[in-house]
Amino acid sequence: MPSAVITGSGSTTSTLPQPRGDLSAATVAALTGALPWDRVPRVSPSSDEDGLLTAWIAHELHHRGFAEAQDKEWTPELIAVRMRVERDLEARLRERAVGNLPESADPDVLLEFVRADEGRSLAAHVQRSATAEQVRELLWFRSIYHLKEADPTAWTVPRLPAQSRAALAELQYDEYGGGRPERLHAHLFAEGMRAMGLDAREGAAIDDVPVEVLEMNVTLTMFGLQRRLRGAAVGHLVAFEASSSGPSRRMARGLRRLGFPEEVAAYYDEHVEADAVHEQTAARFIAGALVEAEPHLAEDVAFGVFTCLDQESRFAEAMFDRWGL
Amino acid sequence: MSRRVDLTVCPNGPLLIRGDIGVRAPDGEVHRTERPVSAVCRCGKSASLPWCDATHQAIRTPFDDEGDSHE
Repeated sequence: MPSAVITGSGSTTSTLPQPRGDLSAATVAALTGALPWDRVPRVSPSSDEDGLLTAWIAHELHHRGFAEAQDKEWTPELIAVRMRVERDLEARLRERAVGNLPESADPDVLLEFVRADEGRSLAAHVQRSATAEQVRELLWFRSIYHLKEADPTAWTVPRLPAQSRAALAELQYDEYGGGRPERLHAHLFAEGMRAMGLDAREGAAIDDVPVEVLEMNVTLTMFGLQRRLRGAAVGHLVAFEASSSGPSRRMARGLRRLGFPEEVAAYYDEHVEADAVHEQTAARFIAGALVEAEPHLAEDVAFGVFTCLDQESRFAEAMFDRWGL
Repeated sequence: MSRRVDLTVCPNGPLLIRGDIGVRAPDGEVHRTERPVSAVCRCGKSASLPWCDATHQAIRTPFDDEGDSHE
Protein backbone atom coordinates (compact mmCIF):
# COMPACT_ATOMS: atom_id res chain seq x y z
CA MET A 1 0.00 0.00 0.00
CA PRO A 2 1.33 3.44 -0.89
CA SER A 3 2.07 6.07 1.70
CA ALA A 4 2.86 8.95 -0.65
CA VAL A 5 0.54 11.91 -0.38
CA ILE A 6 0.06 13.62 -3.71
CA THR A 7 -0.64 17.31 -3.60
CA GLY A 8 -1.87 19.57 -6.38
CA SER A 9 -2.90 18.09 -9.68
CA GLY A 10 0.03 15.66 -9.84
CA SER A 11 1.35 13.96 -12.92
CA THR A 12 -1.02 11.94 -15.06
CA THR A 13 1.80 10.09 -16.79
CA SER A 14 2.36 6.62 -15.39
CA THR A 15 5.62 4.88 -14.71
CA LEU A 16 6.33 1.48 -16.26
CA PRO A 17 5.26 -1.47 -14.10
CA GLN A 18 7.42 -4.20 -12.60
CA PRO A 19 7.49 -7.16 -15.03
CA ARG A 20 5.59 -10.33 -14.09
CA GLY A 21 7.38 -12.73 -16.45
CA ASP A 22 9.52 -13.02 -19.59
CA LEU A 23 7.24 -11.18 -22.03
CA SER A 24 6.51 -8.16 -19.84
CA ALA A 25 10.22 -8.03 -18.91
CA ALA A 26 11.24 -8.00 -22.58
CA THR A 27 8.59 -5.38 -23.36
CA VAL A 28 9.70 -3.07 -20.56
CA ALA A 29 13.33 -3.55 -21.63
CA ALA A 30 12.52 -2.67 -25.24
CA LEU A 31 10.48 0.37 -24.19
CA THR A 32 13.43 1.72 -22.23
CA GLY A 33 15.92 0.97 -25.03
CA ALA A 34 17.64 -1.92 -23.26
CA LEU A 35 16.53 -4.60 -25.77
CA PRO A 36 16.06 -4.43 -29.57
CA TRP A 37 12.36 -4.56 -30.49
CA ASP A 38 12.78 -7.45 -32.94
CA ARG A 39 13.62 -9.75 -30.01
CA VAL A 40 10.31 -9.14 -28.23
CA PRO A 41 7.89 -11.07 -30.49
CA ARG A 42 10.05 -14.21 -30.08
CA VAL A 43 9.41 -14.25 -26.33
CA SER A 44 6.51 -16.34 -25.04
CA PRO A 45 4.47 -15.16 -22.06
CA SER A 46 5.46 -16.97 -18.84
CA SER A 47 1.81 -17.00 -17.75
CA ASP A 48 -1.58 -15.46 -18.50
CA GLU A 49 -0.69 -12.78 -15.97
CA ASP A 50 2.56 -11.97 -17.80
CA GLY A 51 0.71 -11.68 -21.10
CA LEU A 52 -2.04 -9.53 -19.60
CA LEU A 53 0.46 -7.12 -18.06
CA THR A 54 2.17 -6.83 -21.45
CA ALA A 55 -1.15 -6.01 -23.12
CA TRP A 56 -1.93 -3.52 -20.35
CA ILE A 57 1.38 -1.74 -21.04
CA ALA A 58 0.61 -1.68 -24.78
CA HIS A 59 -2.89 -0.34 -24.10
CA GLU A 60 -1.61 2.37 -21.75
CA LEU A 61 0.53 3.73 -24.58
CA HIS A 62 -2.79 4.51 -26.33
CA HIS A 63 -4.15 6.21 -23.21
CA ARG A 64 -1.70 8.36 -21.19
CA GLY A 65 1.69 6.86 -22.03
CA PHE A 66 4.62 6.39 -19.70
CA ALA A 67 7.15 8.95 -18.54
CA GLU A 68 10.02 6.69 -19.69
CA ALA A 69 8.49 5.62 -23.01
CA GLN A 70 7.03 8.38 -25.15
CA ASP A 71 5.88 7.90 -28.75
CA LYS A 72 6.07 4.09 -28.72
CA GLU A 73 2.32 3.75 -29.29
CA TRP A 74 2.49 2.22 -32.77
CA THR A 75 5.66 0.10 -32.48
CA PRO A 76 4.84 -2.80 -34.87
CA GLU A 77 6.46 -5.50 -32.73
CA LEU A 78 4.48 -4.39 -29.70
CA ILE A 79 1.23 -4.33 -31.68
CA ALA A 80 1.98 -7.89 -32.85
CA VAL A 81 2.65 -9.09 -29.30
CA ARG A 82 -0.45 -7.35 -28.00
CA MET A 83 -2.63 -8.92 -30.69
CA ARG A 84 -1.33 -12.37 -29.77
CA VAL A 85 -2.19 -11.83 -26.10
CA GLU A 86 -5.61 -10.45 -27.05
CA ARG A 87 -6.38 -13.48 -29.23
CA ASP A 88 -5.58 -15.82 -26.34
CA LEU A 89 -7.60 -13.71 -23.91
CA GLU A 90 -10.62 -13.56 -26.20
CA ALA A 91 -10.50 -17.35 -26.63
CA ARG A 92 -10.52 -17.83 -22.85
CA LEU A 93 -13.39 -15.39 -22.40
CA ARG A 94 -15.48 -16.99 -25.14
CA GLU A 95 -14.87 -20.41 -23.61
CA ARG A 96 -16.19 -19.20 -20.25
CA ALA A 97 -19.27 -17.78 -21.91
CA VAL A 98 -20.34 -21.02 -23.62
CA GLY A 99 -23.80 -21.97 -22.35
CA ASN A 100 -23.93 -18.95 -20.03
CA LEU A 101 -25.14 -16.12 -22.26
CA PRO A 102 -28.36 -14.10 -21.87
CA GLU A 103 -30.93 -15.66 -24.17
CA SER A 104 -31.17 -12.57 -26.37
CA ALA A 105 -29.92 -8.99 -26.60
CA ASP A 106 -33.38 -7.56 -25.95
CA PRO A 107 -32.87 -4.64 -23.50
CA ASP A 108 -35.22 -6.06 -20.86
CA VAL A 109 -33.64 -9.50 -21.13
CA LEU A 110 -30.19 -7.99 -20.61
CA LEU A 111 -31.29 -5.90 -17.63
CA GLU A 112 -33.01 -8.92 -16.06
CA PHE A 113 -29.88 -11.04 -16.65
CA VAL A 114 -27.80 -8.49 -14.74
CA ARG A 115 -30.39 -8.20 -11.97
CA ALA A 116 -30.50 -11.97 -11.52
CA ASP A 117 -26.70 -12.24 -11.09
CA GLU A 118 -26.09 -13.90 -7.75
CA GLY A 119 -22.36 -13.41 -7.27
CA ARG A 120 -21.06 -12.30 -3.85
CA SER A 121 -21.05 -8.54 -3.66
CA LEU A 122 -18.02 -6.53 -2.60
CA ALA A 123 -20.26 -3.48 -2.17
CA ALA A 124 -22.53 -5.33 0.28
CA HIS A 125 -19.44 -6.34 2.26
CA VAL A 126 -18.22 -2.73 2.30
CA GLN A 127 -21.61 -1.49 3.41
CA ARG A 128 -21.95 -3.88 6.35
CA SER A 129 -18.68 -5.28 7.62
CA ALA A 130 -15.49 -4.49 5.71
CA THR A 131 -12.55 -3.07 7.64
CA ALA A 132 -11.02 0.26 6.65
CA GLU A 133 -7.90 -1.54 5.48
CA GLN A 134 -9.95 -3.82 3.19
CA VAL A 135 -11.76 -0.83 1.71
CA ARG A 136 -8.50 1.05 1.11
CA GLU A 137 -7.14 -1.99 -0.71
CA LEU A 138 -10.31 -2.36 -2.78
CA LEU A 139 -10.25 1.31 -3.84
CA TRP A 140 -6.52 1.05 -4.61
CA PHE A 141 -7.16 -1.88 -6.96
CA ARG A 142 -10.25 -0.25 -8.50
CA SER A 143 -8.18 2.86 -9.23
CA ILE A 144 -6.62 1.20 -12.28
CA TYR A 145 -10.00 1.60 -13.96
CA HIS A 146 -11.62 4.51 -12.12
CA LEU A 147 -8.73 6.91 -12.85
CA LYS A 148 -9.40 6.43 -16.56
CA GLU A 149 -13.10 5.81 -16.18
CA ALA A 150 -15.04 5.85 -19.48
CA ASP A 151 -11.86 6.23 -21.54
CA PRO A 152 -11.78 2.66 -22.94
CA THR A 153 -15.43 3.04 -23.97
CA ALA A 154 -14.59 6.21 -25.88
CA TRP A 155 -12.83 4.08 -28.53
CA THR A 156 -16.19 2.52 -29.33
CA VAL A 157 -17.99 5.76 -30.20
CA PRO A 158 -16.94 6.11 -33.88
CA ARG A 159 -17.60 2.40 -34.51
CA LEU A 160 -21.35 2.50 -33.94
CA PRO A 161 -24.28 3.29 -36.25
CA ALA A 162 -25.87 6.72 -35.90
CA GLN A 163 -28.54 6.15 -33.25
CA SER A 164 -26.37 4.21 -30.81
CA ARG A 165 -23.39 6.50 -31.49
CA ALA A 166 -25.46 9.54 -30.47
CA ALA A 167 -26.67 7.75 -27.34
CA LEU A 168 -23.16 6.63 -26.36
CA ALA A 169 -21.79 10.14 -26.92
CA GLU A 170 -24.51 11.44 -24.61
CA LEU A 171 -23.61 8.88 -21.93
CA GLN A 172 -19.90 9.65 -22.27
CA TYR A 173 -20.61 13.38 -22.01
CA ASP A 174 -22.14 12.68 -18.60
CA GLU A 175 -19.16 10.47 -17.59
CA TYR A 176 -16.85 13.31 -18.58
CA GLY A 177 -18.67 15.81 -16.38
CA GLY A 178 -21.11 17.40 -18.83
CA GLY A 179 -18.61 20.11 -19.71
CA ARG A 180 -17.57 20.69 -16.09
CA PRO A 181 -14.13 19.21 -15.41
CA GLU A 182 -14.77 19.12 -11.68
CA ARG A 183 -17.64 16.67 -12.35
CA LEU A 184 -15.58 14.31 -14.54
CA HIS A 185 -15.92 10.89 -12.94
CA ALA A 186 -12.22 9.99 -13.12
CA HIS A 187 -11.45 13.35 -11.52
CA LEU A 188 -13.96 12.71 -8.71
CA PHE A 189 -12.22 9.41 -7.97
CA ALA A 190 -8.80 11.07 -8.00
CA GLU A 191 -10.09 13.67 -5.55
CA GLY A 192 -11.27 10.87 -3.28
CA MET A 193 -7.92 9.09 -3.48
CA ARG A 194 -6.03 12.27 -2.65
CA ALA A 195 -8.32 12.90 0.32
CA MET A 196 -7.35 9.41 1.56
CA GLY A 197 -3.65 10.11 1.06
CA LEU A 198 -3.38 7.63 -1.83
CA ASP A 199 -1.27 8.18 -4.95
CA ALA A 200 -3.80 9.33 -7.58
CA ARG A 201 -1.52 9.14 -10.61
CA GLU A 202 -3.06 6.92 -13.27
CA GLY A 203 -1.74 3.37 -13.05
CA ALA A 204 0.05 3.98 -9.73
CA ALA A 205 -1.46 0.78 -8.28
CA ILE A 206 -0.46 -1.49 -11.16
CA ASP A 207 2.34 -3.36 -9.35
CA ASP A 208 -0.05 -4.36 -6.56
CA VAL A 209 -3.15 -5.47 -8.47
CA PRO A 210 -4.08 -9.14 -8.82
CA VAL A 211 -4.41 -10.81 -12.21
CA GLU A 212 -8.20 -10.38 -12.12
CA VAL A 213 -7.80 -6.60 -12.27
CA LEU A 214 -5.35 -6.85 -15.16
CA GLU A 215 -7.81 -9.05 -17.02
CA MET A 216 -10.76 -6.71 -16.46
CA ASN A 217 -8.85 -3.69 -17.69
CA VAL A 218 -7.22 -5.37 -20.69
CA THR A 219 -10.59 -6.80 -21.72
CA LEU A 220 -12.27 -3.41 -21.62
CA THR A 221 -9.61 -1.69 -23.74
CA MET A 222 -9.46 -4.67 -26.11
CA PHE A 223 -13.22 -4.41 -26.65
CA GLY A 224 -12.77 -0.71 -27.36
CA LEU A 225 -9.76 -0.92 -29.65
CA GLN A 226 -10.98 -3.75 -31.86
CA ARG A 227 -13.81 -2.65 -34.10
CA ARG A 228 -14.77 -6.30 -34.59
CA LEU A 229 -15.62 -6.45 -30.86
CA ARG A 230 -17.88 -3.36 -30.74
CA GLY A 231 -20.88 -5.52 -29.84
CA ALA A 232 -19.01 -6.91 -26.82
CA ALA A 233 -17.94 -3.39 -25.83
CA VAL A 234 -21.56 -2.27 -25.82
CA GLY A 235 -22.73 -5.37 -23.93
CA HIS A 236 -20.02 -4.82 -21.33
CA LEU A 237 -21.19 -1.24 -20.92
CA VAL A 238 -24.79 -2.35 -20.33
CA ALA A 239 -23.77 -4.81 -17.60
CA PHE A 240 -21.32 -2.37 -16.03
CA GLU A 241 -23.90 0.42 -15.78
CA ALA A 242 -26.75 -1.86 -14.75
CA SER A 243 -24.70 -3.33 -11.89
CA SER A 244 -23.49 0.02 -10.57
CA SER A 245 -26.31 2.08 -9.08
CA GLY A 246 -27.30 -0.11 -6.12
CA PRO A 247 -23.69 -1.16 -5.33
CA SER A 248 -22.62 2.50 -5.46
CA ARG A 249 -25.28 3.35 -2.87
CA ARG A 250 -23.96 0.53 -0.66
CA MET A 251 -20.35 1.65 -1.16
CA ALA A 252 -21.22 5.21 -0.12
CA ARG A 253 -22.96 3.94 3.03
CA GLY A 254 -20.00 1.71 3.92
CA LEU A 255 -17.51 4.52 3.35
CA ARG A 256 -19.52 6.81 5.67
CA ARG A 257 -19.84 3.99 8.24
CA LEU A 258 -16.04 3.79 8.32
CA GLY A 259 -15.55 7.55 8.40
CA PHE A 260 -13.77 7.80 5.04
CA PRO A 261 -13.36 11.31 3.55
CA GLU A 262 -16.53 12.79 2.07
CA GLU A 263 -14.81 13.14 -1.33
CA VAL A 264 -14.67 9.34 -1.69
CA ALA A 265 -18.30 8.86 -0.73
CA ALA A 266 -19.25 11.67 -3.13
CA TYR A 267 -17.76 9.72 -6.05
CA TYR A 268 -20.15 6.86 -5.27
CA ASP A 269 -23.09 9.23 -4.61
CA GLU A 270 -22.65 10.57 -8.13
CA HIS A 271 -22.89 7.03 -9.55
CA VAL A 272 -26.18 6.20 -7.83
CA GLU A 273 -28.23 8.59 -9.96
CA ALA A 274 -25.92 8.71 -12.98
CA ASP A 275 -25.91 4.97 -13.46
CA ALA A 276 -29.65 4.59 -12.84
CA VAL A 277 -29.92 6.66 -16.02
CA HIS A 278 -27.03 4.99 -17.84
CA GLU A 279 -28.34 1.46 -17.34
CA GLN A 280 -31.51 2.41 -19.18
CA THR A 281 -29.86 4.41 -21.96
CA ALA A 282 -27.12 1.79 -22.45
CA ALA A 283 -29.58 -1.10 -22.71
CA ARG A 284 -32.26 0.66 -24.78
CA PHE A 285 -30.63 3.38 -26.85
CA ILE A 286 -27.07 2.07 -27.29
CA ALA A 287 -27.33 -1.74 -27.30
CA GLY A 288 -30.92 -1.86 -28.51
CA ALA A 289 -30.21 0.46 -31.43
CA LEU A 290 -26.97 -1.33 -32.29
CA VAL A 291 -28.64 -4.73 -32.50
CA GLU A 292 -31.47 -3.28 -34.54
CA ALA A 293 -29.02 -1.82 -37.06
CA GLU A 294 -26.59 -4.77 -36.98
CA PRO A 295 -28.50 -7.87 -35.83
CA HIS A 296 -25.47 -10.13 -36.30
CA LEU A 297 -23.88 -8.39 -33.26
CA ALA A 298 -26.58 -9.62 -30.84
CA GLU A 299 -24.50 -12.57 -29.62
CA ASP A 300 -21.45 -10.38 -29.01
CA VAL A 301 -23.59 -7.94 -27.02
CA ALA A 302 -24.69 -10.89 -24.85
CA PHE A 303 -21.05 -12.04 -24.63
CA GLY A 304 -20.02 -8.59 -23.37
CA VAL A 305 -22.76 -8.63 -20.72
CA PHE A 306 -21.71 -12.06 -19.46
CA THR A 307 -18.01 -11.20 -19.48
CA CYS A 308 -18.46 -8.04 -17.42
CA LEU A 309 -20.43 -9.87 -14.70
CA ASP A 310 -18.14 -12.90 -14.77
CA GLN A 311 -15.00 -10.82 -14.35
CA GLU A 312 -16.50 -8.79 -11.51
CA SER A 313 -17.48 -12.05 -9.82
CA ARG A 314 -13.94 -13.46 -10.23
CA PHE A 315 -12.48 -10.27 -8.82
CA ALA A 316 -14.87 -10.37 -5.85
CA GLU A 317 -13.98 -14.00 -5.09
CA ALA A 318 -10.27 -13.16 -5.31
CA MET A 319 -10.72 -10.33 -2.81
CA PHE A 320 -12.79 -12.45 -0.40
CA ASP A 321 -10.10 -15.17 -0.61
CA ARG A 322 -7.41 -12.59 0.04
CA TRP A 323 -9.26 -11.41 3.15
CA GLY A 324 -9.93 -14.98 4.33
CA LEU A 325 -13.71 -14.57 3.94
CA MET B 1 -29.45 24.77 -26.95
CA SER B 2 -32.66 23.01 -27.87
CA ARG B 3 -35.48 23.50 -25.40
CA ARG B 4 -37.25 20.38 -26.59
CA VAL B 5 -37.82 17.75 -23.92
CA ASP B 6 -38.19 14.05 -24.80
CA LEU B 7 -39.65 11.50 -22.41
CA THR B 8 -39.21 7.72 -22.46
CA VAL B 9 -41.13 5.38 -20.20
CA CYS B 10 -38.96 2.36 -19.29
CA PRO B 11 -40.93 -0.84 -18.59
CA ASN B 12 -40.67 -1.51 -14.85
CA GLY B 13 -38.17 1.30 -14.67
CA PRO B 14 -37.94 5.08 -14.51
CA LEU B 15 -39.20 7.87 -16.72
CA LEU B 16 -36.25 9.10 -18.76
CA ILE B 17 -36.10 12.80 -19.50
CA ARG B 18 -33.81 14.23 -22.13
CA GLY B 19 -33.70 17.97 -21.60
CA ASP B 20 -33.43 20.56 -18.87
CA ILE B 21 -36.38 20.47 -16.48
CA GLY B 22 -37.30 21.02 -12.87
CA VAL B 23 -39.32 18.51 -10.85
CA ARG B 24 -41.44 20.09 -8.13
CA ALA B 25 -41.65 17.77 -5.13
CA PRO B 26 -44.72 17.62 -2.84
CA ASP B 27 -42.90 19.85 -0.34
CA GLY B 28 -42.57 22.53 -3.02
CA GLU B 29 -38.83 22.12 -3.58
CA VAL B 30 -37.84 22.16 -7.25
CA HIS B 31 -35.18 19.61 -8.21
CA ARG B 32 -33.44 20.60 -11.45
CA THR B 33 -31.88 18.11 -13.84
CA GLU B 34 -28.09 18.28 -13.91
CA ARG B 35 -27.25 15.80 -16.67
CA PRO B 36 -28.13 15.30 -20.35
CA VAL B 37 -30.65 12.59 -19.46
CA SER B 38 -32.29 12.21 -16.06
CA ALA B 39 -34.39 9.38 -14.64
CA VAL B 40 -37.46 10.15 -12.54
CA CYS B 41 -38.47 7.39 -10.12
CA ARG B 42 -41.75 5.64 -10.96
CA CYS B 43 -41.74 2.92 -8.30
CA GLY B 44 -41.78 5.42 -5.44
CA LYS B 45 -39.11 3.53 -3.48
CA SER B 46 -36.01 5.49 -4.47
CA ALA B 47 -33.84 6.88 -1.68
CA SER B 48 -33.05 9.84 -3.98
CA LEU B 49 -36.56 11.02 -4.87
CA PRO B 50 -37.59 12.40 -7.25
CA TRP B 51 -34.72 10.69 -9.10
CA CYS B 52 -34.38 6.97 -9.79
CA ASP B 53 -31.64 5.11 -7.89
CA ALA B 54 -32.39 1.69 -9.43
CA THR B 55 -34.16 0.44 -6.30
CA HIS B 56 -36.88 -0.90 -8.63
CA GLN B 57 -34.42 -3.70 -9.49
CA ALA B 58 -34.49 -4.94 -5.92
CA ILE B 59 -38.17 -4.56 -5.12
CA ARG B 60 -39.41 -6.33 -8.24
CA THR B 61 -42.92 -4.98 -8.06
CA PRO B 62 -44.20 -4.70 -11.62
CA PHE B 63 -45.72 -1.28 -12.10
CA ASP B 64 -45.95 -1.03 -15.83
CA ASP B 65 -46.38 -3.57 -18.60
CA GLU B 66 -46.88 -1.13 -21.42
CA GLY B 67 -43.56 0.65 -21.74
CA ASP B 68 -43.74 3.18 -24.55
CA SER B 69 -41.20 5.45 -26.10
CA HIS B 70 -41.97 8.63 -27.98
CA GLU B 71 -39.99 11.58 -29.26
